[in-house]
Amino acid sequence: MSYQGKKNIPKITSERLLIKGGRIVNDDQSFYADIYMEDGVIKQIGDNLIVPGGVKTIEADGKMVIPGGIDIHTHLQMPFRGTSTVDDFSQGTKAALAGGTTMIVDHVIPEPGSSLLEAFERWREWADEKACCDYALHVDITHWNDSVRQEVLSLIKEKGVNSFQVYMAFKDLYQLSNSEIYEIFTFLGEHGGIAQVHAENGEIIAEEQARMLEMGITGPEGHVLSRPEELEAEAVFRAVTIASQTNCPLYVTRVMSKSAADIISQARKKGNVVFGEPITASLGTDGTHYWSKNWAKAASFVTSPPLSPDPTTPDYLNTLLASGDLSVVGSAHCTFSVAQKAIGKDDFTQIPEGVNGAEERMSVIWDKAVVTGKMDENMFVAVTSTNAAKILNLYPRKGRIAVGSDSDLVIWDTDAVRTITAKTHHSAAEYNVFEGMELRGAPMLVVCQGKIVLEDGNLHATAGTGRFIPCSPFPDFAYKRVKARKQMAILKAVPRGMYDGPVSEFSPMSRGGTPSASARTSPTKAPVRNLHQSGFTLSGKQTIELQ
Amino acid sequence: MWLSKQREEPHPFTECEAETVQKALLSVVNERLVIKGGRVVNDDQSQYADVYVEDGIIKQVGENLIVPGGVKVIEANGCMVIPGGIDVNTCLHKPYLGTPPVDDFYQGTKAALAGGTTMIIDHVTPQPGESLLEAFEKWQEVADKKSCCDYSLHLDIPHWHEGVKEELEQLVQEKGINSFQVYMAYKGLFQMPDSQLYEAFSFLKELGAVVLVHAENGDLIAQEQSKILGMGITGPEGHPLSRPEELEAEAVFRAITLGNRVNCPVYITKVMSKSAADTVATARKKGSVVFGEPITASLATDGSHYWSKNWAKAAAYVTSPPLSPDPTTPDHLHSLLSCGDLQVVGSGHCAYSTSQKAIGKDNFTLIPEGTNGVEERMGFVWDKAVAMGKMDENQFVAVTSTNAAKIFNLYPRKGRIAVGSDADIVIWDPDKIKTITAKAQQSALEYNIFEGMECHGGPVYVVSQGRIVFEEGNLQVQQGTGRFISRKPFPDVAYQRIKYRNKMMCKQGVSRGMYDGPVYDVPATPKYITPAPSAKTSPTTHQPPPIRNLHQSNFSLSGAQIDDNIPRRSGHRIVAPPGGRSNITSLG
Repeated sequence: MSYQGKKNIPKITSERLLIKGGRIVNDDQSFYADIYMEDGVIKQIGDNLIVPGGVKTIEADGKMVIPGGIDIHTHLQMPFRGTSTVDDFSQGTKAALAGGTTMIVDHVIPEPGSSLLEAFERWREWADEKACCDYALHVDITHWNDSVRQEVLSLIKEKGVNSFQVYMAFKDLYQLSNSEIYEIFTFLGEHGGIAQVHAENGEIIAEEQARMLEMGITGPEGHVLSRPEELEAEAVFRAVTIASQTNCPLYVTRVMSKSAADIISQARKKGNVVFGEPITASLGTDGTHYWSKNWAKAASFVTSPPLSPDPTTPDYLNTLLASGDLSVVGSAHCTFSVAQKAIGKDDFTQIPEGVNGAEERMSVIWDKAVVTGKMDENMFVAVTSTNAAKILNLYPRKGRIAVGSDSDLVIWDTDAVRTITAKTHHSAAEYNVFEGMELRGAPMLVVCQGKIVLEDGNLHATAGTGRFIPCSPFPDFAYKRVKARKQMAILKAVPRGMYDGPVSEFSPMSRGGTPSASARTSPTKAPVRNLHQSGFTLSGKQTIELQ
Repeated sequence: MWLSKQREEPHPFTECEAETVQKALLSVVNERLVIKGGRVVNDDQSQYADVYVEDGIIKQVGENLIVPGGVKVIEANGCMVIPGGIDVNTCLHKPYLGTPPVDDFYQGTKAALAGGTTMIIDHVTPQPGESLLEAFEKWQEVADKKSCCDYSLHLDIPHWHEGVKEELEQLVQEKGINSFQVYMAYKGLFQMPDSQLYEAFSFLKELGAVVLVHAENGDLIAQEQSKILGMGITGPEGHPLSRPEELEAEAVFRAITLGNRVNCPVYITKVMSKSAADTVATARKKGSVVFGEPITASLATDGSHYWSKNWAKAAAYVTSPPLSPDPTTPDHLHSLLSCGDLQVVGSGHCAYSTSQKAIGKDNFTLIPEGTNGVEERMGFVWDKAVAMGKMDENQFVAVTSTNAAKIFNLYPRKGRIAVGSDADIVIWDPDKIKTITAKAQQSALEYNIFEGMECHGGPVYVVSQGRIVFEEGNLQVQQGTGRFISRKPFPDVAYQRIKYRNKMMCKQGVSRGMYDGPVYDVPATPKYITPAPSAKTSPTTHQPPPIRNLHQSNFSLSGAQIDDNIPRRSGHRIVAPPGGRSNITSLG
């Protein structure tokens, strides 16, 4: 693709880097080896490498060297009612780098009715100007018609987008009907896209919200009360059904509750091609905070689907992540200031939705899953980086430490302990939903595009160095099975002789339309079957039946 | 072949014969009856006892009864004496494109009685736009004239709007209707979107009615149908291909979710597939108030016949949701029925002749939907569940009669043999063997989807309203003897839990001090309206976000909060409905 490397590669060319004495951890194996990088690409891996003189050398001292994280779900610089999230592409990617994430995938959200391509270009502009690490984009489909269909096709074919999100919630705004979703999934399945879905039943939410407000519940607790977890599970079930009908790979963004996660793992057991993405917040904290007496604190947790009030949820989701039933971890980083959240101070439905998590993402998983013994280090690499790269069809360029891959990697310090607080985090938000949490595991050194961007706790990131990485359609990870099934699933009609028996007379209205008044009158003239004219017999043994 | 022995001709009564029977029956009205030497089987226990019936009511149950002289005695010879069956799902008057099914209330109830069913509940299906009350009265008029056994009616709500509410209220309070069906399928005709379903559930719950749901995802069916017709598949096999079983399971799941949110009992009509049944069973384990009704066809046969080379045979099986092509389905459904995960067996009896079915000979979506089953219903439950050792005789009574009576608030008048109950009694012979064939059936259909199947177990005597209507293969019925049985709202088996949960589920807001921090100034666009183009421009043109003045604000966001040590008591109460979501109990 023409974009990549156009801008920034020349600056990096002189950078040569050698990491010595580290233990390379990929998703399949771990081994001790040195890594030599040049021009932002990994050139050699092995012992006793022959490298040019004067190369900057980093001693890893036996620490883990892992592929840089890929945060597959962010909302940076997202416009919201004339304002935008406080973390723009610069601030947000800095936070990501500080947490060991070297690539983000942001959601383009076109306003309903507006052009997808224009929105995509606008996002590209913002990100090219400010991003400090490589990025890719998902495009959300907020309405559906033939011109959108064309735009989606050109995004897939020409623009390097392979994943599209549809909404089952946000009634009268983004929500699409079942038939529209069916058409979108059919279309994406044919053209090799990944169907992402925000799964919540928007119809019922709208009813519940009205009921809550009527009952006088206006605070943030109304958010979680009006979006109970079964509405999430219901929508996930429906999305899985539609995807399986249309033979399209499905990706459920933001798995927030046990029951939704269970539906996904059941569907996977039945053989459906479905991926679940828990987010930092659902893995690290729970929804009890919605009842905090401090309005601002309660509001900072507002996101959709909401965090589950069940405090055992994070543990459960980490378990499913470790067992492979859930596939990738995003952050859904979408930060609003308290003043922005306060737009909804008298009505919870007006609170802008989103939590932080880009910086904490990898540490939360390390602390909650690896340290607790649920997950090994290879699986850790898989869920934080490799699986995302595979779904986006960027593997093995991203998500793996191998010769020829991009030199995005992290030296991971398993012993580091840090306490999360809004005072020291890199996001511009004045709160942090993980405030006060002590997390084990942190990046010691982060290399992005072959350059050291985090060392000794100091961030050296430059806005605008991030490149757009185009994603091509038909990722093997999702589509190999889909392709095989397409060949299997051809339906065939039964060849029969013509039916030549009598046909009952009927009023010629179409079945689907509103019936005419005649149907209501008493049906007195039931046609009598003339057995003498009929050439077939129905009772008893049928001759053709014997086959 | 106990039936065909008795009858040479397919139609048993000519007009004049019916008249003589009518006269004979009139003398029976005051007849007193004693059933001797039988084993009375209710849903909770079995006991050897005699039953004495007078004026259509059971007067005495016990041994060595003292009865007046000259009473007709039926010797049960150790056979089971069970409450007459209740078939909760029939469509004996549902027109398709202007023509009624061939089994009307007379023909249909005759078939029911011959199979041991002494009461039916029929579906009133008003056309969209038609008044519910008018449709109800039309049905009642027809049924009063023709029905041979007691009946009641469900009302289908074809379309939700404000005007329906008043009619529903009247139907519940004055007409004795406590069950209403809504449709999640039949796009553009009966289907309601989720928000309407939510409103309908909320309203019906206030009335104390049972919500029946036809659960299939109509949007997806419409898509699949046009896809399959586009592929050139026009025969009956297109019917199950366009309605795969997961669409049923999906809709069942959604219906249950709606029921849980509204806290309303949900009754799934026609459970046809394993996955739908499993969804019901899982929901019941989580505490949802949900009932599942498999039908005769789904319990006794499967959907492999849709691929029959004989068009008429394949079309005979067309019903919605379709029979599952998986041949292990009937067995699975029987297992769930036996363990109580499914509760009631209906028949879904809706009989269209082959020439009516042939309306869809070139397009499977036009084939009128419905299978027979009212006569075979009890026999197959016995044959496939009790005779196989899955189910005991008490559970047999429960699923064929008692549970239905409880759910629809007819208990203990119906569904039980006890003093004071209606004298709807069947003497059941477990050893009877019958081969199902269209030649010997009561239904007016020229086919039978169970053709050639052998069935163990059947009625020897059927007593309806205190009269013997079926005796050793002889049917003696009379049109118009069936009474409309009105039903009161708030049946205990469905609503007792609902009432308690209502009390528990009062939600409370958190009382907080006023938020007095800065508030971002929002342009006047309401949230759920398409935003003005200004939202798309770069947000820099607007005023900078207000800087937070920490001196004015009295809250602190970072670090420990002053109230962190206070337990969130209100949260604890709110999110723990009893038995609703078990994963929440440790909160606090």
